[in-house]
Amino acid sequence: MNWLSQNLHIVGALLVDHLVLSIVPIALAILVSVPLGWLAARYRRARTPLLTGTGLLYAIPSLPLFIIVAPLIGVPVRSPVTIVVALTLYGVALLVRGAADAFGSVPRETMLAADAMGHAAWARFWRVELPLAGPVLLSSLRVVVVSTVSLVTVGAVVGASSLGTLFTDGFQRGIEASILTGLVLTVVVAFALDAIVVLAGRLAMPWRRAVAT
Amino acid sequence: MIEFASVRKEYPGGSVAVEDFSLTIPSHAVAVLVGSSGCGKTTLLRMVNRMVDPSSGTVSIDGVDVRSMDPVKLRRSIGYVLQAGGLLPHRTIADNVATVPVLEGRSRRQARKDALGLLERVGLDTALADRYPAQLSGGQQQRVGVARALAADPNILLMDEPFGAVDPIVRDQLQTEMRSLQAELGKTIVFVTHDIDEAFALGDEVLVLRKGAEIAQRGTPAEILANPADEFVASFVGAGSARRTLRIREVGGRSVVVDGDDRPTGVLAR
Amino acid sequence: MAPGGGDVNLFAEAIAYLLDPASWTGAGSIGLRILEHLAFSGAVLLVAAAIGVPAGVLIGHTGRGRGLVIALTSGARAIPTLGLLTIFGLLLGIGIEAPFLALVVLALPPVLAGAYAGVESVDRLVIGGARAIGMTERQILTGVELPLASPVLIGGLRSAALQVISTATLAAYISDTGLGRLIFAGLKTRDYGVMLAGSLLVALLALVVELLFQAAQSAASRRAEPISTPRTTGRARASERNP
Repeated sequence: MNWLSQNLHIVGALLVDHLVLSIVPIALAILVSVPLGWLAARYRRARTPLLTGTGLLYAIPSLPLFIIVAPLIGVPVRSPVTIVVALTLYGVALLVRGAADAFGSVPRETMLAADAMGHAAWARFWRVELPLAGPVLLSSLRVVVVSTVSLVTVGAVVGASSLGTLFTDGFQRGIEASILTGLVLTVVVAFALDAIVVLAGRLAMPWRRAVAT
Repeated sequence: MIEFASVRKEYPGGSVAVEDFSLTIPSHAVAVLVGSSGCGKTTLLRMVNRMVDPSSGTVSIDGVDVRSMDPVKLRRSIGYVLQAGGLLPHRTIADNVATVPVLEGRSRRQARKDALGLLERVGLDTALADRYPAQLSGGQQQRVGVARALAADPNILLMDEPFGAVDPIVRDQLQTEMRSLQAELGKTIVFVTHDIDEAFALGDEVLVLRKGAEIAQRGTPAEILANPADEFVASFVGAGSARRTLRIREVGGRSVVVDGDDRPTGVLAR
Repeated sequence: MAPGGGDVNLFAEAIAYLLDPASWTGAGSIGLRILEHLAFSGAVLLVAAAIGVPAGVLIGHTGRGRGLVIALTSGARAIPTLGLLTIFGLLLGIGIEAPFLALVVLALPPVLAGAYAGVESVDRLVIGGARAIGMTERQILTGVELPLASPVLIGGLRSAALQVISTATLAAYISDTGLGRLIFAGLKTRDYGVMLAGSLLVALLALVVELLFQAAQSAASRRAEPISTPRTTGRARASERNP
């Protein structure tokens, strides 16, 4: 507690870094995955390459991915851009499958009924498919949120600042309080963002409580 | 002969499935336990092969208390048919039928050969032998379930709503075949159903059960139809309904049987 | 490190390092590091499986303790692996024990969840049928429940294996072991080529393990569901892991 009160401002700054490095890739992953998942659900030919590709991508461990991504996009490995790009890739890898399952779960009859009522394709997507896919989509988004927040910390070993810095600093200098603070805060951030997603889901989909993971 | 002597079953938590039940089922007879869901009929059935042990009272087969027998051996000596077959989804039809004989040490080859004979006996094409359960229709799966129950040539068959999951036309067919199979085999059969028509179609003796497995009436189908013991039985069998109150009308020199709504249901045989 | 511009050269450097026979000889040779990484990960997985599979099967079989498994798996995903490694490292010292223990802790939840979910997904009617025809409890377990549960169970092991290989890389941060050493050595000497070489090796290793588990899983699926199309292999894994 003593350590924490003396280092409050550092911890605060790291927390902000952590939030940015978590929220940006989550948002980007949603933007990329929803259309890709829709494609995978609607077009058989797109499905296999998309799901296989993202599945293999997900198998690559995080630290190596950071190191491989950096030279590919031409930024230093410690740059926030590296972390954001790599974590976006992970988010996409998880969410594309979730989104494909979600859109695949919309009953065909419902879509036919929507067509019969005169929805244009675009309107059908926004008013029928997306809302009905929502609950399943939300449950895989929750997985992405929690694992992204946790993965951000790995960037600390290559020098990208986040709550993970409390682990590396704490380990180098032998301060247990630093590591414990980092652990607790990371878990708290993960659950807080998860709670926000669940809440947003309830507001957006009042007809159904979120599907629990 | 199967004998229930004052059996009672109370589940942990205090719910009583069977209050106090006594019954003797003679060998080679078909006894049908009929009642609505939750009346304890399945619990009674499962006491026979020790899937459930009574809290008090005894169940005995040919005078031997089943509790003195090893449950696994007991179950292998009794055929059991479940709803939708309860077949093993990862084994072929022939392997499913051969399961108990193989467990009992018969060679797989011989057991599979016997299985083919059993499949024919229950009216299945032996070409189905190497398929998996999911590739068969509900009615076919049910027949496999019967063949599997017969595989160890048991004296007793327990049937737990075996035809509940198939459509009415297939169910009629299965009931008819079961009657002819029983005429040939003469097993002692305990049959559980919630369908009173099925009970009347199959039972030598029918037991109408209320909650707690209390016997509301016991008798042949004809006796129960002729004289329902009380209101409960009357309403359960639908006594007094249009379907059960038939009359004869003479039409063109034949006696046509009509129901309470004057809808014809058949003619009297000459 | 990795300045903008000559980035393709870094990959060339990494590959040159990997192809250099000198990298494959001596005490710190790449071959040795790969073996170290595999042996370490394999041992962790074995210990996790020895604890997690029986426990998960028991929970799935009896239905008792399922709340615990669900809480454990969703909670475990939130725990940062690096945090766990460093705190174990501080508490237990620089030996191999700290990362080993931390990795077992991380591998347990997916193994447990896979075993539990696999056994629980087996149709009760099928088990009831097996019991009714006189299969012993042991025969039901080995002949019915385990084969039918195996695709999901292997899915859990697969998640755990990837988690372990990934975290074993990070483990070099607190203890000198495995392929992670190449990465941290490169980091210290500012040799991006070596870092990249280590990263490519770990990625390759992870992909090979992933493909092996995929093959095992679809073989198990074919046995459990002989006629239907193979189960979507990603299902079991969506629930757990945090590379």
